[in-house]
Amino acid sequence: MGHMLELPMTSVPIADPMIPVPYRIERLKRETNDTFTLDLMAVNGAGVTSFGPGQFNMLYVFGVGEVPLSISSDPEDCPALEHTTRMVGAVTNAIGKLKRGDMIGVRGPFGSQWPVAEETGRDIAIVAGGIGLAPLRPALYYLMKNREKYRKIVLLYGARTPEDILYKRELEHWRGKFDLEIQVTVDRGASGWRGNVGVVTALAGRAPFDPSNTVALVCGPEVMMRFAVMELQKRGVEARRIYVSMERNMKCAVGFCGHCQYGPHFICKDGPVFRFDRIEPIFGKAEI
Amino acid sequence: MIHSLEPIIREHVFFKGLEDRHIEFIAGCAKNVRFEEKQYIFRERDPADQFYFIREGLVSVELMVPQKGPAVVQTVGDGDILGWSWLTFPYRWHFDARALRATRALSFDGKCLRAKCEEDHDLGYEILKRFANVVTERLEATRLQLLDLYGTHA
Repeated sequence: MGHMLELPMTSVPIADPMIPVPYRIERLKRETNDTFTLDLMAVNGAGVTSFGPGQFNMLYVFGVGEVPLSISSDPEDCPALEHTTRMVGAVTNAIGKLKRGDMIGVRGPFGSQWPVAEETGRDIAIVAGGIGLAPLRPALYYLMKNREKYRKIVLLYGARTPEDILYKRELEHWRGKFDLEIQVTVDRGASGWRGNVGVVTALAGRAPFDPSNTVALVCGPEVMMRFAVMELQKRGVEARRIYVSMERNMKCAVGFCGHCQYGPHFICKDGPVFRFDRIEPIFGKAEI
Repeated sequence: MIHSLEPIIREHVFFKGLEDRHIEFIAGCAKNVRFEEKQYIFRERDPADQFYFIREGLVSVELMVPQKGPAVVQTVGDGDILGWSWLTFPYRWHFDARALRATRALSFDGKCLRAKCEEDHDLGYEILKRFANVVTERLEATRLQLLDLYGTHA
């Protein structure tokens, strides 16, 4: 029988959330052509002592800048941390050039969490697109370790091409070892690809879960999330049982600077994980 | 012993809400079919006289690109409807459809249903409404694919 991991319901208070703690890079693993996973360990035992699935850290490349990155590792492995990211800007490109043994600053963990500990006894539908699988990975670890507490668990994952699928080995392992339905689809197939081709939102329309007793966790590009939510609602999943992870330009990560304001919310403090009914009126509004 | 396909058809969301007489007629146009892995279900430019309800399996909708091989546009799987060219002139398939693994489906005689829809406009309207949903969903999915949502510049 698995054991119930105790997860903090809110962020653990951080001594000084504005001061980065030095971490050493243990490994930099290339996941796909433009994504990699960074394994970090705090120096002298300082740093993050616990985090919840869905939370993020601010990673500081000295002399370059800071970037918010979701934690993608198993919460039980803390204080070791993993972050999966794509090289898209100055900071993430700089991170991609770091080597084992290099140092990086970490502030966090920040933000809200996927409600996996609270939603036992239900079907769990996870809809992930692209790099959006990374923030959901800690939730998957948690669900797998507490598998008997849930009914069906379905992971629907969409990637650009077969080469862009994240955590391939892990997905295979989970599929074989646990009672977990995994459906992967790609926008563009390639020769040799024998799986689904099409958008992930289409999978949500026919995936095997009971909409009347399902909690859905959705993460990916915002447009994908809009269509995924529409599909889930069309199936009959209630808005209060859908959770989305939002993204805006975060700077301070503690709700001071206002960069990540999203209507009446700050993504860094009130999110990134939101219960959908709480943001439904502003979700997808261009003016927000 | 021959089992009626009516209960299976009646249960499927695509046919839900149709009048009993219409379900009965549609069931009369249906038959069980099975395709082996890699078997073509239909080929581009062939007469489109059927549509399919995939009961179990995976089918790729694809276009043959000379010197490159088949380009998969989309896959359809369990519970999906495959094929709408039987509804629109010139009633020829615009793509190939091929089973990616062993696939069980119900095949519907589109020619017969088309004639019936001309005769019974109530049924025709119901069928068109349902296929409009399928076409809308596929168009929406295609638009999202074209946006390249997971690309670097998305």
